[in-house]
Amino acid sequence: MAIPQLLVHDRKDTVGVVVVEGLKKGTDMLCVVTHDNSSFKLKSKMDVPIGHKVALTDIKKGDTIWKYGQDIGIAKAKIGKGEHVHVHNVKTKRW
Amino acid sequence: MAKQKNNGKVVAKKNGHSDLKFFGWRRDNGRVGVRNHVIILPLDDLSNAACEAVANNIKGTMALPHAYGRLQFGEDLDLHFRTLIGTGANPNVAAVVVIGIEDGWTKRVVDGIAKTGKPVTGFGIEGHGDIATIAKASYVAKQYVQMASELQREECDIADLWVSTKCGESDTTTGLASCPTVGNMYDKLIPRGITGVFGETSEITGGEHLARARAINKKVGDKWYKVWKAYQDDVIEAHKTDDLSDSQPTKGNIAGGLTTIEEKALGNLEKIGRECKYIDVLAPAEAPRKGKGLYYMDTSSAAAECVTLMAAAGYAVHTFPTGQGNVIGNPIVPVIKISGNPKTIRTMGEHIDVDVSGILRRDMTIPQAGDALIDMIVRTANGRLTAAEALGHREYVMTKLYRSA
Repeated sequence: MAIPQLLVHDRKDTVGVVVVEGLKKGTDMLCVVTHDNSSFKLKSKMDVPIGHKVALTDIKKGDTIWKYGQDIGIAKAKIGKGEHVHVHNVKTKRW
Repeated sequence: MAKQKNNGKVVAKKNGHSDLKFFGWRRDNGRVGVRNHVIILPLDDLSNAACEAVANNIKGTMALPHAYGRLQFGEDLDLHFRTLIGTGANPNVAAVVVIGIEDGWTKRVVDGIAKTGKPVTGFGIEGHGDIATIAKASYVAKQYVQMASELQREECDIADLWVSTKCGESDTTTGLASCPTVGNMYDKLIPRGITGVFGETSEITGGEHLARARAINKKVGDKWYKVWKAYQDDVIEAHKTDDLSDSQPTKGNIAGGLTTIEEKALGNLEKIGRECKYIDVLAPAEAPRKGKGLYYMDTSSAAAECVTLMAAAGYAVHTFPTGQGNVIGNPIVPVIKISGNPKTIRTMGEHIDVDVSGILRRDMTIPQAGDALIDMIVRTANGRLTAAEALGHREYVMTKLYRSA
């Protein structure tokens, strides 16, 4: 299998993790879902550091963010498919 | 050594891991150690200087300086004694010299360690001064280290090994690679009879529903939830600012791509695999009492505090997944670092014992990574120094529950 740029834990997830260094905007990323080894393609809309997340779908402000098939927080702003997802646009619902 | 390494590899690749052995020191109380340290243990902060002087005099001994031990009381004092006694009692320790500012509390630590049957002697400084105390303690330390140097390793079954885990400087790669590697190891070795432990009460926040469900039965799950809830109410709610002040997630976690405590918790919980259930919930530094299996310990998520508590409970090898590159070690327990982050492997690879970055490239599976970790656990138990040991990391940190009197 070719080396993926993005790994996704679960099919239900709305974010994936960049697993290569120096990912550039416009990369046609190979994305692999680790749970079932299925794959798909997604274009990155920005440069994203290794370990950081990318939206797999258009996310509205107030939407729940899903990773590991679980709720990991809430979108504080609109996030486009292929955009960087992190502390600037997502926070915990807890505190 | 090469032979032992091969044994570990060959056996780890077999399904069932039915024949895993290692060479360790069987102590008088039946527990098996993988190191043979003679430690010079201070009761309190004031006795660090004398302990360090003894360790300097007598080669092959090691002082364990720490910051506390005066004017503590109640549960906090109990934990201090439990940590000191547990450290001395750990099977990786062959013999102990205890030095305290006065005789009373020093004797309490000595008596606790003596229950294991190993050699232990205590010295109080008051009435003698540092110099006379150092001289007397040095004579005893010399006898102990010579005695310990003649103790032989013997072949032991993997079921004699106690293996703890705690991750640090986590990022999104720990949830994808290094934590599931530890989980896979536990799924394979817990059924083979090892004794395991995980903890980090604050970091389960966000995954508490999953952690509670991994208890062996409802009673243990309810006991776990009580511990977790007490932490939320007594620590978080009592002291929080608008968030956890960049502590959960930490600055390092955020730099590594982790956004929320929930995301961090879900990655953290990958360390207990898919099948293991924990059979009891331990207080900090409390030794397991319910036989072989996986335990939960109520600990802080700060690396040195947590590993110190697990070592004091008697665990002999520690497995430590890291993403961004936590460099922690422990004076008496070898800390095996596992990382799946290729940037960390590239920039600070000297700290990493098991490279599982192949999981991210999809050229290594999690079961293969688990086997590589089992191989490294066996090699480490047989005597291979971990990166942290070779680099001199000896973080020994007491957990303090509240202010001293």
